[in-house]
Amino acid sequence: MKEVTILSGKGGAGKTSVTAAIASVAENAVFCDNDVDAADLHLILNPEVKETHTFFGAWVASIDEDKCTNCGICKSHCHFDAIHYREEGGLYINPFQCEGCRLCERVCPVGAITSERSENNFWYVSDSRFGPFVHAKMGPGEENSGKLVTEVRRKAGEIAKATGADFVINDGPPGIGCSAISSVTGTNAVLLVIEPTRSGLHDARRLVELVNSFKIPLFAFINKDDIIVEITKEIERYLTENDIAILGRWGFDTNIVESMVDKKSVVEYAPGSETTRSIKMVWEQMKAFLEVGKVVGS
Amino acid sequence: MSYRIAIASGKGGTGKTTVSVNLQNAIANQLTSAVLLADCDVEEPNDRIFFPDAKVASQTKVHQMVPEIDTDKCTFCRKCVEYCEFNAIVVLPPAGFAEVNASLCHSCGACSVACQDGAINEKPVPVGEITRMDTGVGGGLAEGNLKVGSAMQTLMIKELKKSITEDYDVVLYDAPPGTSCPVVETVADVDYVVLVTEPTPFGLNDLMLMVELLIDLDKPFGVVINKAGLGNRDIYEFLNEQNIDILAEIPFNKAYAGKYASGDLLTDIDPETTESYLNIVKSIEERYLQYEGSNYFKW
Repeated sequence: MKEVTILSGKGGAGKTSVTAAIASVAENAVFCDNDVDAADLHLILNPEVKETHTFFGAWVASIDEDKCTNCGICKSHCHFDAIHYREEGGLYINPFQCEGCRLCERVCPVGAITSERSENNFWYVSDSRFGPFVHAKMGPGEENSGKLVTEVRRKAGEIAKATGADFVINDGPPGIGCSAISSVTGTNAVLLVIEPTRSGLHDARRLVELVNSFKIPLFAFINKDDIIVEITKEIERYLTENDIAILGRWGFDTNIVESMVDKKSVVEYAPGSETTRSIKMVWEQMKAFLEVGKVVGS
Repeated sequence: MSYRIAIASGKGGTGKTTVSVNLQNAIANQLTSAVLLADCDVEEPNDRIFFPDAKVASQTKVHQMVPEIDTDKCTFCRKCVEYCEFNAIVVLPPAGFAEVNASLCHSCGACSVACQDGAINEKPVPVGEITRMDTGVGGGLAEGNLKVGSAMQTLMIKELKKSITEDYDVVLYDAPPGTSCPVVETVADVDYVVLVTEPTPFGLNDLMLMVELLIDLDKPFGVVINKAGLGNRDIYEFLNEQNIDILAEIPFNKAYAGKYASGDLLTDIDPETTESYLNIVKSIEERYLQYEGSNYFKW
């Protein structure tokens, strides 16, 4: 089983549209949405949920005001500025600022602080018309998205092994922080979706640096390559200089937005389009790389 | 006290940066020049791209304190391991091994409190830097930039905010995408949130998540619909049902997308765009007037 993660650095570059299109052409694959805090792939895959699991998030501390003596020891120990005085007196913990380290609980001399684990995150094992699909829904404002990414990837890998699937395809999160790191570690290849804007290039550079630090093979896909030709050229130069093969590209195509509105992948919505032809080529090359370790005929 | 506004979206690529940069410009022209833009998307800070002539005024490194265990003093009691909620410490008594994994450490300080042997010392590890720039627009730009490979985005945002000690009339926070901890950190202390969305199913799905979060956090907000004309009308139905203010609609325009692409947002702004931002500024002005800390007469 081989795993590929689709990433971009910048949000809105087209990761999910590309993943959905690849899902339509990839055979014998398990799909996994790694963008756990603003998941969208399910809108296209329209999954039938088979299993729902609770993901226990970070600990969140709270103060029992009847026991609290207002000594302030907890507040002086908190590194996250999560403990505050109420205007009317008394201490409270802002659950959104609490990091879940439980130090306040340990230093409180009167045992007034307890912690509970958040149970507001869920992950699902589903069936979709393209194959098994593992996805998640985080409660808004929750922490530990990196750990949840690791969890959904673990499950997707398990399903792939159990069903004899050849591939796991991950729709990655934006950024380069904890959830992006969790979606990259140990994957066999990364497909970088890049849009030809100054921001797109800036963000892609940072992502390339991150992926290179893990020594993971990296390929590129240029989305909306006709927005502005000079920047597309600059991106091509950057990718060539960094030995990143361009597996394919899309022009600005209204079929992509229309397919999303129609809850379809662009391959299903516009099967005869250049956009569809291009993504098929991308997957053929990616598949060849994953199977034999090199890119053939690009 | 500055009036603080976050520009957030849930979904990436809806136009947070475009709106932030334009809004600072419009506020500087219409309301007050004491308006600072702070780029809180520390994983991928882009605001600076739109100010090619910006001059760096100051740069500060941000560090995370990571503990180090002195194995000469350590008695291998494992109390620090028990205190660490993040599984960042490994202590193997028979091997005389004790180490902290910096990439798992949240710098909470629990192990230092746990250790009775004085074996733990905290050392600074760089996580990024804060840059202040004169951009020629209002009070300029403050940017937080996370070091590639660091997972301490929340700390970076917190330090960026702390570094803004001057008193501005308005501070704009350009938020990261998503709805998890870095977004919460960005909106935690704001007076108002401008949500930027696009009229597509992905835009709507992620907008709904953000609305849920802001209601939880009890933050007032309004919505800017960017790329209007693309996609469908579902988002309007949702906003109407929920009674949510639409601050402005910015029509999709391929030429404008090209201007964004080349990093050029603030020259030759077309009348339609100017009008959109005037509407947003007007709504913000109304809100600001009701804000206790306002010093409206100065304007």
